Amino acid sequence: MIKLENLVKDYGNLRAVDHINFQVEEGEILGFLGPNGAGKSTTLKMLTSYLSPTEGNIQVDDLNIFDNSIEIRKLIGYLPEHNPLYTEMTVYDYLHFIAEAREIDSKKFKKVLKNVVEKCGLNGVISKPIQTLSKGYRQRVGLAQAIIHDPKILILDEPTSGLDPNQIVEIRELIKELGKEKTLIISSHILQEVQAVCDRIIIINKGKIVADGSTEELKSNLQGKTKLTLDVIADEDSLAKIVDYVHNISVHSIKNIGEKTFKTIIEYDSVIDKRAEIYNYIKKQDWTLLEMHRENVSLEDVFRNLTVEEGAN
Amino acid sequence: MSYTALIAKKEIKSYFNSPTAYIVLTVFLLMAGWFFSSPLFLNNSSDLRTLFGIIPIIYIFFIPAITMGLISKEKNIGTIETLTTLPIKDSEIIYGKFWASMGLIVTGLLFTGVHLITITLLGTNVDFGAIFCGYLGLILLGAVYSSIGIFTSSLTDNQIISFIISLLIVSFFFMIQFTLQILPSGLVGFFQYISTGYHLSNISRGVIDTRNIVYFLSLTALFLKLATIVMESRKWK
Ligand SMILES: Nc1ncnc2c1ncn2[C@@H]1O[C@H](COP(=O)(O)OP(=O)(O)OP(=O)(O)O)[C@@H](O)[C@H]1O
Ligand SMILES: [Mg+2]
Repeated sequence: MIKLENLVKDYGNLRAVDHINFQVEEGEILGFLGPNGAGKSTTLKMLTSYLSPTEGNIQVDDLNIFDNSIEIRKLIGYLPEHNPLYTEMTVYDYLHFIAEAREIDSKKFKKVLKNVVEKCGLNGVISKPIQTLSKGYRQRVGLAQAIIHDPKILILDEPTSGLDPNQIVEIRELIKELGKEKTLIISSHILQEVQAVCDRIIIINKGKIVADGSTEELKSNLQGKTKLTLDVIADEDSLAKIVDYVHNISVHSIKNIGEKTFKTIIEYDSVIDKRAEIYNYIKKQDWTLLEMHRENVSLEDVFRNLTVEEGAN
Repeated sequence: MSYTALIAKKEIKSYFNSPTAYIVLTVFLLMAGWFFSSPLFLNNSSDLRTLFGIIPIIYIFFIPAITMGLISKEKNIGTIETLTTLPIKDSEIIYGKFWASMGLIVTGLLFTGVHLITITLLGTNVDFGAIFCGYLGLILLGAVYSSIGIFTSSLTDNQIISFIISLLIVSFFFMIQFTLQILPSGLVGFFQYISTGYHLSNISRGVIDTRNIVYFLSLTALFLKLATIVMESRKWK
């Protein structure tokens, strides 16, 4: 239902978004993940018509962003980054203003308001000025504003940033609930966040897509390697030779941590379990194995590997 | 409701939710009261010329002040993004804000008119035609200054910067009339034409000439167009 084609956005000399292509199907919950400055917000700003692409096109159903901007905006509910609000307005006045802009007729407004207030848990604050609300409640107001017209598409730019852990849990629950009935795009630089609510993840770095797949797929495809940590009393020279006896493994590091005791990190493809072979080799050498510990490379590592190397500028 | 009216309503509410509107209206009211009670005014009894002469000067500070935040504040707190991603055109946003500012100005002018009632009741000889023309001129001048204020507000996310730039532009248009004597004669015609004072004095004299009206309206339209272009420039590639 949403299609981004060769999307490019330049800010002067800086290419913030660099030929991005992806499609989002109806009902999908997409996590848009990337480190700071990756180009997430810029992409979402183009999708919501705040900015225009330098190159490329965005299509929503059979509408395109250049000719049908207003129609597309009507289909979208948007929570911008940092959740900007008219803080001097009361929650009621703000939602009333947005409802009018969304062409909700005044007879229906009461019903619509009741509905979003219930959904977003705004009971009891409706007549308060927004500036008196806690951050968590402000976020609820921002979400209420985004869903008031019951849009087919909901776009949330870092919806939980700046919240305390309890508020994060609450807002995540709310987002999960909303995701049941909408096509949802959530940007975040926190992996757990998208892992918790999304069925698909796109990772972007420096304006380019570096990974795209279901949450499960990403885990299995990209975490190709297993990391095995051994604490072993052995002879250092022959320890390094383990690669000659057990095939398809590599020694990542050997560190002396005590009297003839070495912490050895071995890596191998997750496809075949090498632990038995490695253990047998150690036994044959008559070494003493103090500890063996296998780590499943987590999605967190994948994310870090994909984005950090050059990201540390 | 049209989007333009919706935005205008939002801004008017926001004027009245802050001290802005009350300050403006109080000043206009006090001014009228002062003129009404001053001997100067009594001597010219049914003549509002002095008041009409003072208001353009008040405008120079007031209109930049009431328009400075209209767009810059939205840019500063980021609500511009919520606003412009609603199905509302940038031009509707600009016009909505313009009408809100005009609403406040016209309300202020109405406040200066309270004593008109008294004059009329006293049965003094009132030249209603001249009064009508005077107010018309002030409304048109207010429109030009408002559009300038909105334009400068669209340039920045800093209200103070917006205020200063519009103060400069507005003062420029106001001051031209006093520089005509020192200008080379070849330029006088042109500068006289772009001077707000020249057109205002024509209207205030009680002659409604379409050329003067066209001048004010086209200047207003020009600055509102410029403001719209600045708003849309975020979408330039
Ligand atoms: N208005 C702008 N003018 C110039 N450069 C900009 C502008 N907005 C963003 N950038 C730059 O574009 C790049 C992408 O920014 P963007 O905000 O899209 O990143 P992001 O992925 O949303 O990051 P974050 O996680 O920090 O929100 C960054 O290098 C940023 O500095
Ligand atoms: Mg961002």
